[in-house]
Amino acid sequence: MSCSAPWSLSVGPRRYAFSSLRELMARATPLRSGDALAGLAAESAEERVAAQQCLADVPLARFLEEPLIPYETDAVTRLIIDTHDNAAFAPVADLTVGAFRDWLLRYETDHVALTAIAPGLTPEMTAAVAKLMGNQDLILVASKCRVATAFRDTIGLPGRLSVRLQPNHPADDVKGIAASILDGLLYGCGDAVIGINPATDSVPAMETLLCLIDELIHRYEIPTQSCVLAHVTTALKVIARGAPVDLVFQSIAGTEAANASFGVTLPILAEARDAARSLKRGTVGENVMYFETGQGSALSANAHHGVDMQTCEARAYAVARQFAPLLVNTVVGFIGPEYLYDGKQILRAGLEDHCCAKLLGLPMGCDVCYTNHAEADQDDMDNLLTLLGVAGCTYIMGVPGADDIALGYQSTSFHDSHYLRQVLGLKPAPEFEAWLEKMRIVEKGRRLFPASPTHALLAA
Amino acid sequence: MMMIDTAFPVSDPRATEARPDPAEDPWVALRQHTFARIALGRAGGSQRTASVLAFRLAHARARDAVHARLDLEALAARFSAHGLQTERIATAVSDRPAFLMRPDLGRQIAAASRETLKARARKWGRRDLVILVSDGHSANAALRHAAETVARLVEILDAAGWTRYPVLLVPFGRVKLQDEVGALLKARHALMLLGERPGLSAPDSLGAYFTWRPGPARTDADRNCVSNIRPEGTSPAAAAQKLAELLLESARLGLSGVNLKDEQGAHNRVASASVCQKKIQAKTSP
Repeated sequence: MSCSAPWSLSVGPRRYAFSSLRELMARATPLRSGDALAGLAAESAEERVAAQQCLADVPLARFLEEPLIPYETDAVTRLIIDTHDNAAFAPVADLTVGAFRDWLLRYETDHVALTAIAPGLTPEMTAAVAKLMGNQDLILVASKCRVATAFRDTIGLPGRLSVRLQPNHPADDVKGIAASILDGLLYGCGDAVIGINPATDSVPAMETLLCLIDELIHRYEIPTQSCVLAHVTTALKVIARGAPVDLVFQSIAGTEAANASFGVTLPILAEARDAARSLKRGTVGENVMYFETGQGSALSANAHHGVDMQTCEARAYAVARQFAPLLVNTVVGFIGPEYLYDGKQILRAGLEDHCCAKLLGLPMGCDVCYTNHAEADQDDMDNLLTLLGVAGCTYIMGVPGADDIALGYQSTSFHDSHYLRQVLGLKPAPEFEAWLEKMRIVEKGRRLFPASPTHALLAA
Repeated sequence: MMMIDTAFPVSDPRATEARPDPAEDPWVALRQHTFARIALGRAGGSQRTASVLAFRLAHARARDAVHARLDLEALAARFSAHGLQTERIATAVSDRPAFLMRPDLGRQIAAASRETLKARARKWGRRDLVILVSDGHSANAALRHAAETVARLVEILDAAGWTRYPVLLVPFGRVKLQDEVGALLKARHALMLLGERPGLSAPDSLGAYFTWRPGPARTDADRNCVSNIRPEGTSPAAAAQKLAELLLESARLGLSGVNLKDEQGAHNRVASASVCQKKIQAKTSP
């Protein structure tokens, strides 16, 4: 069996033909409801594997010659092609997608080798190899990657797991949000960021919430950073007004048109990064951006250009890495069952996103989550959480009791981070770990001290 | 088997009347500021049995809400109790999994219903408003709150001289269904009430979306919505009042959507539909 352009392959009596690399990628993708909704999925299980066999024979370099979305029409494609580092690509330049999978799994391919080739990889190459990988491959390869970033603490060091403290409130009630922040800190969470999804995207709302967290961080000398997840243009306005902005947030996607539907362009993101850096608020590093992504966002904006969900998602990581973010996470189960139907599809997508982003050199976390209309429950989240922990996921969410009362979905709880730290021996970011010990919240990075009604944090 | 009154949580940690529990954390008093699940206490670093089971109950109710079948007989009876005539139509969706996975089908009228509606349309003639009611993501939301909301709304609109069609009951509908139905009838306004995605604390929340001059080219930016309609959120009476104001203003200005939105600024539960969608998708598409 061999496969050549224009891609076709005979399996027994049947011949499968794929009109383009874009179609081949889509047909080779493990089943998910969004690709079926878009009319891109393989029509049979056999066709899917035939496409994977075909894809295995495609040279990696082919992705540089045949962009899935034309260079002329899409700014993300231009970014990918224009920033490609040929020298870094050299060690794998002659490999096919299938041989690249084998190369990634070799004992000799360690974090040094993976860090070196990252600038030579395009999102499409990582998406392609992910389609050939089983879940264990996605875990093993990701676990070999090392990506560390820093602002007031250092995120992503080996043996560490960080947590975004997500204290949302449906009416942006300051006392309600403060109560959830205290709960999270007393559970030892918040080293990735204290990040609020505001109910109202406005300058005054953002300033109020930023000041709340800034005061807490200063009063208790907490080595972490704040973020109010308003639109990037709102962040630019509050920076101009002198508000205490640590990280600038933006949801991003893998096509120019999908980003346009979010109201963002690459120049706006560059402007925001420069504005946040100019404040010089970081103490141990200057990674100032925070991005969220998720499979299906380009499709839901009708901006996918016939490219499958997983590949569109990987292209969003090209946007992310251009701006050296402190944090990136996929919000994997949020989008709903018409894109990822059940626990199995959500789990697979979470592992794919994490692995592809790590291969591209990003500090990748995951919002391990689901909505009530997906065929999923807490047990599915326990599974994905555990597998991501083994894969070396940079951070997870911490939501009181896993129930986000503002966004109406279920994520991971503060308790979940203690589960993962116990079973895998993981510790918080080192600066934050020292603070937790000093504050008598956690001892030896692992166990919570007995809760005290007179704890300093409760004096507020 | 013990029956539990589903209207009240049995061991929800957020219930205000919960007894003090020494296993909870000492900062439990902070719960006065939020209904987030804070100060849950722990077993080692993990959640205690009580909070795990309380969460599981809330999720079970939300799941039951998503999968509940819409009882069309009961729904029609509630409308006729308010003196409102109903007609049943169908979408291209056949069952719940298809509804969840194929939003495109929930936006289309079934072929047989299309023919029926065309025939009825000749008899009815052009009118001002068509109201559609669907289970959407929560049959209980439609069953509990739709008839009351519509009854109060049409009281106001009838007094303003609006003409309207029988209320159309349609299982497995999506918001954009109002465009095909409205265009087919040549209605001036189309209003759709349907169950919203259930949250753990709100399994029966109803949403209402309308557009002026419904048709295939309409997008979410052309719609206005009132969301979270339920006694604990926006009450059916308040929602009806707000919808009536918006519909009257929409008719006066000859437009709907972002240009109509909430000029008073006082009602943050009222917005253009694209803003409602954004809230729903806040994490992936702000």
